[in-house]
Parts: sequence; structure tokens; C-alpha cells
Amino acid sequence: MTTYREAMREAIRVAMKSDERVFLMGEDVGQYGGCFAVSKGLLAEFGPERIRDTPLSELSFVGAGIGAALGGMRPIVEIMTVNFSLLALDQVVNTAAALLHMSGGQFNVPLVIRMATGPGRQLAAQHSHSLDGWYAHVPGLKVLAPATLEDARGMLPTALADPDPVIILEYTRLYGLEGDLAADAGAVPIDRAAVRRAGTDVTLVTFGGMLAGTLTAAEQLARDGVSAEVIDLRTLRPLDDATILASVRKTHRAVVVDEEWRSGSLAAEISARIMEGAFFDLDGPVGRVCGAEVPMPYARHMEEAALPQVATITQAAHALVGR
Amino acid sequence: MSTTSEVAPVATAAPAPASAASPADSAHALHLLHELVRIRRFEERCAELYRAEKIRGFLHLYIGEEAIAVGVIQALGPEDAIVSTYREHGHALVRGVSARAVMAELYGKQEGCSGGRGGSMHLFDVKTRFYGGHAIVASCLPVALGLALADHMQHRKRVTACFFGDGAVAEGAFHETLNMAALWRLPILFCCENNLYEMGTPLASQHSETKLAAKAAAYRVPASAVDGMDVEAVERAAHEAVQAIRDGKGPQFVEFLTYRFRSHSMFDPDQYRSRVEATEWLQRCPIKTFTARLRERAALDDTSMATIEAEVLREVDDAVAFAEAGTWESVESLTRHVYSSGGASR
Repeated sequence: MTTYREAMREAIRVAMKSDERVFLMGEDVGQYGGCFAVSKGLLAEFGPERIRDTPLSELSFVGAGIGAALGGMRPIVEIMTVNFSLLALDQVVNTAAALLHMSGGQFNVPLVIRMATGPGRQLAAQHSHSLDGWYAHVPGLKVLAPATLEDARGMLPTALADPDPVIILEYTRLYGLEGDLAADAGAVPIDRAAVRRAGTDVTLVTFGGMLAGTLTAAEQLARDGVSAEVIDLRTLRPLDDATILASVRKTHRAVVVDEEWRSGSLAAEISARIMEGAFFDLDGPVGRVCGAEVPMPYARHMEEAALPQVATITQAAHALVGR
Repeated sequence: MSTTSEVAPVATAAPAPASAASPADSAHALHLLHELVRIRRFEERCAELYRAEKIRGFLHLYIGEEAIAVGVIQALGPEDAIVSTYREHGHALVRGVSARAVMAELYGKQEGCSGGRGGSMHLFDVKTRFYGGHAIVASCLPVALGLALADHMQHRKRVTACFFGDGAVAEGAFHETLNMAALWRLPILFCCENNLYEMGTPLASQHSETKLAAKAAAYRVPASAVDGMDVEAVERAAHEAVQAIRDGKGPQFVEFLTYRFRSHSMFDPDQYRSRVEATEWLQRCPIKTFTARLRERAALDDTSMATIEAEVLREVDDAVAFAEAGTWESVESLTRHVYSSGGASR
């Protein structure tokens, strides 16, 4: 048995052992072992040069990751949470994503940025963001959303082998996810979405922290006689349109489950692409189950009301299927 | 404002060497003058070409500040790196990016040093380790930090020179970067080009402490302030600072007091500076004062000055002809360089 957290740690450890250029840098990654304990034990194994604690300077240590990548290293920069990544947005958007292009192809940035993300822990308005779509909006970035142990273990090495900046979103509610991981688990491709459950009546498109809830909803739907296919996007940029459209052409109905705020969300983009690519295959409008448009409240019942729940997913599917 | 000591709150550069110059010194001095004139004439032509609508977008001229690029870059070797701002034509030219490639970039031609994708604010050149061309104020500092970190971690004895203005010192990135550079003792030369205005707002309206070197010193980065209008003073300060870095003494900060003779950009009506102030600074023009000094030393005569001007004119004319003859990239390749694979973004 292993956990999502341990799978991440193993991915970092193996990468650092196999490539001298790889190092980990961020707040509390060393002595503390990582805010979410992902890097626990790595300081003892690799030392403070390569498991590098930084001051609370998100903008500059992300920028330093860019510079180090330009200088021949393969940095993994950990931003404690997506909320704090807003302090580093300038370097991510204006430099990392744009440098290859504005230098006319001369300077690529092989940088991996990991950040914990997602709501659901009663952390209120400043520690519960879902901004997956913000990052997926930016050309020049690749954005990964590991939702399984295999992807937690396998996406990092693929990201490190990529010549361009890659953001890995780690969903805090998944860190404790437990299961079996093959002994030889390793790098996985990052160019395809995955069908996590096959079905015929409706396609549920989701990713990251909502995958588990969506699969639970699909089970309930099955008991109620509705066969739901569940697609895990895995990579939020570039989007694997082909897998989404092939499913929708088969089921003729789609609901996008996304815990981001609905306006301008990734769900909006996916819905539009389904409309563009499979409009005449649809038997009804694309549905969306998204987060409520409110800064995240603290009280548990209010937080639950602000987020997609299994019941809201099944309701949306039933409404669309008509039974 | 006219002497080094008056603008040096933290440390003072060494005094100028005696005036009797060896032939090698004279040749070097003429080289410095040539570089100063080269930037000046190149950019004067840029301004003309902007008015002729050959160059578009933002165009930030370095005229008046040339001594800093010319002086500092003398202290760097080919293995060192430069990261700069959006007012970087001078740095690129002195570093060895050809006038042709820079001018073609300003034209937006694919023969430009950034393939026409960058323009005036984003000059890049991998061959000379010229890492741009960054147009968000202070965003070049963290990038320089990372380049120096890579050298440190790979045990390479290289220096990264980072140019930025007084405006950058008000940004958080400056403070974060200075702190980390000192904490990790990274080989960075911080070159603050203090031209007294953050676009249109004077230094004293932006900084509680206007001696910017003092801020660097607060992070335990050895800091000095130098007359940025004096190319020889700049060069001496840069050599000292670079030597300290190569000796393993960690990052160094030099504040260069200077003045922009032109507006912030071609869009700027320049109504915030007094005529009196501008006139005073014009007396300290780096070309004018250096020319006078060389004539005093008998290291320059009318013939050699005319030769420099003729060579520079030839180079600028050639650069313009090259840019004019340059070609436009096909729009079919619009999405090139978004990802290294060359594939279009989805």
C-alpha cells in the first residue's frame, strides 16, 4: 500500500537520484519536510543544496527556478499552495510561459512547479482556491492534474523530461489517498485524458480533486439505471479534445464537474469545445456542476454548499438523461 | 551631484589613475569612446526610424546612460551572463549582439535577434548569453538569481550581471532577490541604473531612502554608488565588484547615478523634468565629458574622433540596410515557439 503523498515523494527521490541537475526548492521543503510532508526525509538523503529551503519569497524563488532552468539545472519548485502562487504569477505568466516565444525560440524553460491546491478542508477564503483554469489559460505552460496514485508517481518524471515549464497541481484532499502501486510504476504519458469508467448514457468530464466524487456519483447513477462514462482530463493544458469528443459522440450527453468558480472556468472551456466539436451529436445542452461563486466560507455546511457534491452531480446527470 | 564621493553613501570607487596613459590604455579608452558613440548614434537613428514608423511598439532609449553598459560590460567575460530590462539596446550592443540583429529586431524582421517575436523590449541572444530584455520592472532580478544559483550548484566560476533601474528597487522582487542572493552568496553583479525617475515620478516621491545602495547594504550585499556618467569610473567599479564576486565574496551591488536624456518612451511627452535640471545633466553627457578628458590627455584628436564617427555611421547605416532588407516571418508559423516541440497550443 502507498499513498498519493508517498508516490509524489518517490517520484522526486528517483528523479534526484537519476539526474544530478534535479533539485527541489521551496518553503519548508527541507527541515520541515514540506507543508504536506511530501519531501519528508529527502533533506537527510540529498542535503540542503538540493533540498533547498527558501525564504517566503514566492515571486523570486519561482523566478530563480526559471533562471536555474536556463542555467542548465532541472529545478522542481514547490509553491506551498495555489493561494500563494498568486504572489508568483508575474514570473509564471510573464517570464516562464513567454520566454521561449519572445526570445524567438532561443531560451526554453525546463521548469517544474508543484503546488498544493483545492478546497474542502474548512480553510476559508484565502486557503481554498481552485484556479486550475487560470493556469490552463496560458499558452506556453503545461498543466497537470494527477488524480490517481499512478499519475502522482508518473507525471513528475515526464514533466522533468519536458523542455518547457510544467505546473503540477497536487490536490490536498488526495494526499492521504491509499492504494496499491505497481513496484515498477514510473513515468506516464501526459498527452491523453483517461476514461476512468466506461458508460453509455452520459459523459461526466472531471479532473483532480473531483475525480473520486464523480466516480462515486457514477456508481450511484448505475444503481439508478443510468450508465455514466467518467473522463479524467489528467492534463488541463493542452486539453485532449479527442478523448472528450469521442465519448460525447457515443453518449450524446455531457456534464462537466469542476470545483472552480463557474464563470470563466475550465468547465466553460470544455463545454464550448464540446459545442464546437460535437454539437450535432448532443441530445441536450452540456451541463456544468461547479463551485458556487462566492469566496470560500469557513463553516463546514456552508463550504459543502459551495462545492460540487455527489448528489449535485447525480442530479445534473439525471436531469440531462431525463430519468 | 558631480563627484563620486557625493553620490556614494556606502563606499567610494578608487580615484582615477594618473593622466599619463600608455598606448594600451589609450587604445582601450578609444574603444570605450567608440562604444559610447556607437550606442548614441544607433539610438538616435532608432528615434528617427520610430517617427518614420519603421519601428513601432514601445521604444525606450538609453541615450545619456551609455557609460553604464559600456563600463560594466568591460568587466565581463564571454562565459558570464547578462539579464536586463526593456531599456537594453545598449547592453545588447556592447555585449556583442550585432547592430544588424538588434535593428532587424526593432523592425520586427525574422533576421532580428529574437526572430521578430520580441521587439525593442525583448532582445535575446543565446550566443552571447544575453538573457533579455524583460519588460516587467524588476522581473529580471529573480531570473538572474536563478542563473547564478545554477552556476553555484554546478561549481562554475561565472558571473551574472543584472541591470535594472531605480524603479525596480521599489518592487518586492528586488528585496526578495537581494535577500536570497546574500543568503546563498550567489555570484551576481547588481547594476542599478538610477536615472532619478520611475517613468515620470521622481525618486524622492517613491523611496523613503533615496540612497539606493543603502538598501542593498541592508541585505548585507556590499554596495557602492558611482558616477554613472563617467565611463572610466563605471569600469573601475565594475572590475572591482566582479573581482570580488570571482573571489567568492558573493553578490555585489553598484548604484550608477545617471540621467535619461530622452523621454521614458516615445509616448512620453516628458513634462515632469525641469529644463534647468536637464541642462545641468546634459553638461555631464558621458560622451562629451569623456571626449574632453581624452583630449586633455592627448589621447584623442580630431582625426581619431572623425574616424570613430565614420565607423559608427557605417555600422548604423549597414544595420538599417540589413533591417530594411530583412524578411517577414510567414504567419503560418504564428504558433511556433509556444512550446519547444513546435506544436500549436491547444
